[in-house]
Amino acid sequence: MSILKHHKKIETHATLLLVLSFLVVTIGGIVQIVPLFYLENTIEEVDGMRPYSPLELAGRRIYIREGCYVCHSQMIRPMRDEVERYGHYSLAAESMYDHPFQWGSKRTGPDLARVGGRYSDDWHVAHMIDPRAVVPESIMPSYAFLMNRVIDGRYIQDLMRAYRMVGVPYTDEMMENARADFLAQGDADADHSGLLERYPGAQARNFDGQPELTEMDAIIAYMQMLGTLVDFSTFVPDPSR
Amino acid sequence: MAEKTPDNKVSPPERQYPDPARKLKQEPPTTGHSWDGIEEYDNPMPRWWLWTFYITIIWAVIYMIFYPAWPLVNRATSGILGYSSRGEVAAEIASFEARNQVWFTRLMETELEDISADAELQSFAVNAGGAVFRAHCSQCHGAGGAGVQAAGYPNLLNDEWLWGGTMEDIHLTVRYGIRNEDFADARWSQMPAFGQDGLLDAEEIDQVVHYVLQMSGQDHDATLAAAGAEVYEWNCASCHGDDGSGDTFQGAPALNTAIWLYGGDYDAIRHSVYYSRFGIMPGFAERLRDAEIRAVAAYVHQLGGGQ
Repeated sequence: MSILKHHKKIETHATLLLVLSFLVVTIGGIVQIVPLFYLENTIEEVDGMRPYSPLELAGRRIYIREGCYVCHSQMIRPMRDEVERYGHYSLAAESMYDHPFQWGSKRTGPDLARVGGRYSDDWHVAHMIDPRAVVPESIMPSYAFLMNRVIDGRYIQDLMRAYRMVGVPYTDEMMENARADFLAQGDADADHSGLLERYPGAQARNFDGQPELTEMDAIIAYMQMLGTLVDFSTFVPDPSR
Repeated sequence: MAEKTPDNKVSPPERQYPDPARKLKQEPPTTGHSWDGIEEYDNPMPRWWLWTFYITIIWAVIYMIFYPAWPLVNRATSGILGYSSRGEVAAEIASFEARNQVWFTRLMETELEDISADAELQSFAVNAGGAVFRAHCSQCHGAGGAGVQAAGYPNLLNDEWLWGGTMEDIHLTVRYGIRNEDFADARWSQMPAFGQDGLLDAEEIDQVVHYVLQMSGQDHDATLAAAGAEVYEWNCASCHGDDGSGDTFQGAPALNTAIWLYGGDYDAIRHSVYYSRFGIMPGFAERLRDAEIRAVAAYVHQLGGGQ
């Protein structure tokens, strides 16, 4: 046990103890974190993923602001019962443009990772205004006030710039058209060709049925695209995950 | 003479404290450290604890051999068991698939109208369809299928049908949905907004609403209703029928019953005539497998209103 005697040198030397402690933590960190950046099967390549459109992004900010994540997860785990109920298990690629991600771990309400297209816009409006009108056993609070909060996308470009800074690949073209795309997506009569070219698969219409563009439009636009982007017909699951 | 003590006072016996050193059979060695004269015994760790610790180390080594563990250049070691969480869920789904396959095949091979005649198959279809219903339909039509009264989500428990209540009709509705833009085969009809679009003036609307109230056996103004009969005949009868019995080919609800989609009082009917109201249902052809659609049709059909 002679080696343990040398340990006394570390124990009795505060600076040396500190330096060596950092060294140990660093090695642990490198082994756990660094492989995530280079392992090829961390984020699989899938077809169809794109950054959020401006209106969807605004809806996502409302989702975070209202604390929806407190009761709803966005993460379908690879288990049969979850796949049966919610659809294909979530892929890492599906939240690669999420800052912060909304995986969550608390399910007071159902998982929303693939809620897109599952209900009509009318249902969403009725549900947000009075959840118990459509789901009698629901304990969700009312979000009727979203109908009254008119939005105009004044700051959407700034928001996208912040997201670009943290790595979301918004192109210059997307940035230039940020506000136009924002307004076009909530307007059924607008020309959507540019929007759809920049954000394939985006759904553009009057989501809440009101003439004004409101936060209700934004959050329903976000709800209706959740989990709909990945083309699962070309997806081959990596077997070793 | 000692101090006088009360008779009832018994002095407690002097407590005997054990000598701490005597408790030990043998004085253990000390660590040799001394802080202000306080020394530290160097007792061995409990053996059970030590062995548990060794076993966890051995377990970690075994785990690393059998399960995915070490990150290498391109991917992590996969372990000799070849375990993966995705493989596990795929295998579990496959095993349930295999068990259900025989039933799904039978469901696909049986004519829709004949499913209920086969008791075994009907039992499977109702259970499988019930699971599908709870996951995909209950949000609008309610967990029990009662819909949402007066909010436009139809009740599936009664025998009033917008688009028909036979197995074929229900199957088609579930498959392609109603008034959605995803399927060309989706059922489609649209009631005009008689007031909003200026097709009828306020007086005519008032009359026709009273006529509908009369038709459904509610309190009404007889004079207005009599005038409304003509308005009805010109504007409403082609879809809702001369007698208000509706038309399932056009999704036009019956007006001569007490069953209402958006409420049956004067205000609700007037709102429907003025602005027009109709629901949208998504199609499930791409979301559910054909066998699941057949199963859920069988489930809905047996809820009470199947025709």
